[in-house]
Amino acid sequence: MRFKSSINAAYIFLAPALSAIFIFFFVPVIAAFIMSFTDFDIYALGNLSTVRFVGLDNYIKLFDDPLFYTALKNTFYFVILAGPLSIAVSLGAALLLNSKLVKYKAIFRLSYFIPVVTTLVAVAIVWRFIYHPKFGIINYLLSLVGIAQVDWLGDTATAMPAIVLMSVWKSFGYNMIIFIAGLQNIPEDLYEAASIEGATGWQKFKSITIPMLAPTTIFISLITMIGYFQLFAEPYIMTQGGPLNSTLSIVQYMYQEGFKWWNMGYSASIAFVFFFIILLGTIIQLKIQKSTE
Amino acid sequence: MKFSKKILFLLLSTSILFFISCTKINDSEKTIKFWAMGAEAEYVTKLVPEFERLNPGIKVKVQQIPWTAAQEKLVTAFASDNTPDACQLGNTWVPQFAALNAIVPLDEYIKSSTQINQEKYFSGIWETNVIDNRVFGIPWYVDTRIMFYRKDVFEKAGYKNPPKNWTELYDLCKKIKSFYPNEEKYAIYLPTNEFASFIIFGMQAGSSILKNENTRGNFSGKEFTEAFKFLTDFHKQNLAPIGISQVTNVYQAFAEEYFSIYISGPWNIPEFKKWMTGNLADKWMTAPMPGFANEYPGVSLAGGSSLVIFKDSEHKKEVWKFFEYLSQKSTQIEFYKLLNNLPAVKQAWDDPILKNDPYMQAFYMQFNNVRATPKIPEWEQIAFSKVQQYAELAARNVMTVDEALKNLDKDVDRILEKRRWLVEQNKKQEAEH
Repeated sequence: MRFKSSINAAYIFLAPALSAIFIFFFVPVIAAFIMSFTDFDIYALGNLSTVRFVGLDNYIKLFDDPLFYTALKNTFYFVILAGPLSIAVSLGAALLLNSKLVKYKAIFRLSYFIPVVTTLVAVAIVWRFIYHPKFGIINYLLSLVGIAQVDWLGDTATAMPAIVLMSVWKSFGYNMIIFIAGLQNIPEDLYEAASIEGATGWQKFKSITIPMLAPTTIFISLITMIGYFQLFAEPYIMTQGGPLNSTLSIVQYMYQEGFKWWNMGYSASIAFVFFFIILLGTIIQLKIQKSTE
Repeated sequence: MKFSKKILFLLLSTSILFFISCTKINDSEKTIKFWAMGAEAEYVTKLVPEFERLNPGIKVKVQQIPWTAAQEKLVTAFASDNTPDACQLGNTWVPQFAALNAIVPLDEYIKSSTQINQEKYFSGIWETNVIDNRVFGIPWYVDTRIMFYRKDVFEKAGYKNPPKNWTELYDLCKKIKSFYPNEEKYAIYLPTNEFASFIIFGMQAGSSILKNENTRGNFSGKEFTEAFKFLTDFHKQNLAPIGISQVTNVYQAFAEEYFSIYISGPWNIPEFKKWMTGNLADKWMTAPMPGFANEYPGVSLAGGSSLVIFKDSEHKKEVWKFFEYLSQKSTQIEFYKLLNNLPAVKQAWDDPILKNDPYMQAFYMQFNNVRATPKIPEWEQIAFSKVQQYAELAARNVMTVDEALKNLDKDVDRILEKRRWLVEQNKKQEAEH
């Protein structure tokens, strides 16, 4: 009896949070899901009677939309390039900062972390100057070693890598801090024991650091992947998806269709397809990591 | 103790509710909520005190919304029934809000107005506000695209007067390019991320842009193809730069002779004045658009902003008074002085401040030959996403002109599917009656 009433009390305490989640999360998601089967657009906003239930048309159209594939390809390109790179860079930075040889660790940690807390919009605008073909510092440095001008953001081949570089720079500090925490959790005696056995630095890294960091790495790679899949602000500000849609990401495409052209139904279908892609990616990643454990 | 806390809480919450419901605005004074964008909002507030002095009992509350988020904000406001009484709309947005049924036709007000009537405005500009024979907006200020050019370079190429037609324009560009055989400099700047030039030249060639009551694209039609070929040739012949990111600062590039012709709007004038200083100050000028054959000036886009009244407004009469005030010659000139926005009322152009400005003459000429882009809500999507996309593909030689335009039409027809359906529905209904 007492047990039962305590459950009831728990529900009462949970109710505000649950109703908030229900109203602000589940209702809109369900509404969007229903909307993805209609042709809800600007005419429908004005006059609801013009909404047509179109069944799977939006999804069929989507799978026949070259721009969707372009956006999908770009997003995957970005995630595959930026994800591992970001993890490698942040691990490297964490190892360096965790080493006993480095002085003034706090300063380095701070300066590596500053890009994370800087507004993305401001950073993207500054990087646009850095990439400027005529006045940018990158091209200036390249010209010193005799490499001709590169139109970083204006060339279809270099635009995405340029955005990758900027995003990695912007975000590696966050993962670095988590890696440092992970590194500090590794008991010192493991390394001492290994040293006594005569292990080299590389052997210690391979057999102690990496396995001990596995849980941290799983967490970081998942968070990074999901975050990177949602690529939006960087191309939105630096290239607007150009040149020739070579930096158009899925989220940006969804935004364009939904809030610029008011094709809400179509935009909602993009959102759901994309949701399943991320879900699939997450499941695969978890499976792989489980099997390696 | 517990009990009294409960009572206290109840008392507090009811009294809060009570006070909230009590703060109703004083009804004897009518407040117009007017939304304006960017700098316009900042400067229109300077015109408001005079209006309030002339019309006691009416207050105008101006709210500023940024240009970049204006459309989203307005549509969201409409969706949540929070529209202002009136607002400024870019005139290509008027069809969207008319389709939304968010703004009201103004014909009744115009009929009984002594201040506002069609004759006072440039006809091409007025036309942008007319949808299905009803007027949905009053032009507030206007813009269009003309040529900004380097006088010194033109003279060097033997052109004392700016080009009057396409042949002259092309010939001039060839000559200008020949001055820089080994330099990375160009004659004209035709960025593929600005759809305007493509539409302007298409209209000049006689294309209707869309066909069948604006339900299908007409880009692969003969006229538009000709214009598109003409323009992309500038890129292919190296007369215009292809990349757009070399030119982060158009004005600086213009000052450096990176290109000598730029087709753009009046908002550039203060910037050009700022960059073309010293011995460059008198080396630039404006000219109307060259025409296709004998037409001069050639047609250009009817741009600018209109004033609209929202359906849910409870102060439509008061808003109309405010519109009349903003449309007076003196207010229009005042607004031009504040912000350099070109007056929509033709009479205002007689004022010395415009009449004696050499850069303004081209604009005045051009406003007498401007045309609206297709007045359908889908137009912005077609122009900004599709026309630009295929212009870039053709300029970069990824597609031939014919391929690009055929694909463009295909995409446009897809966008217009809903519109075709609506037009058919309307026809069916009319047939039934």
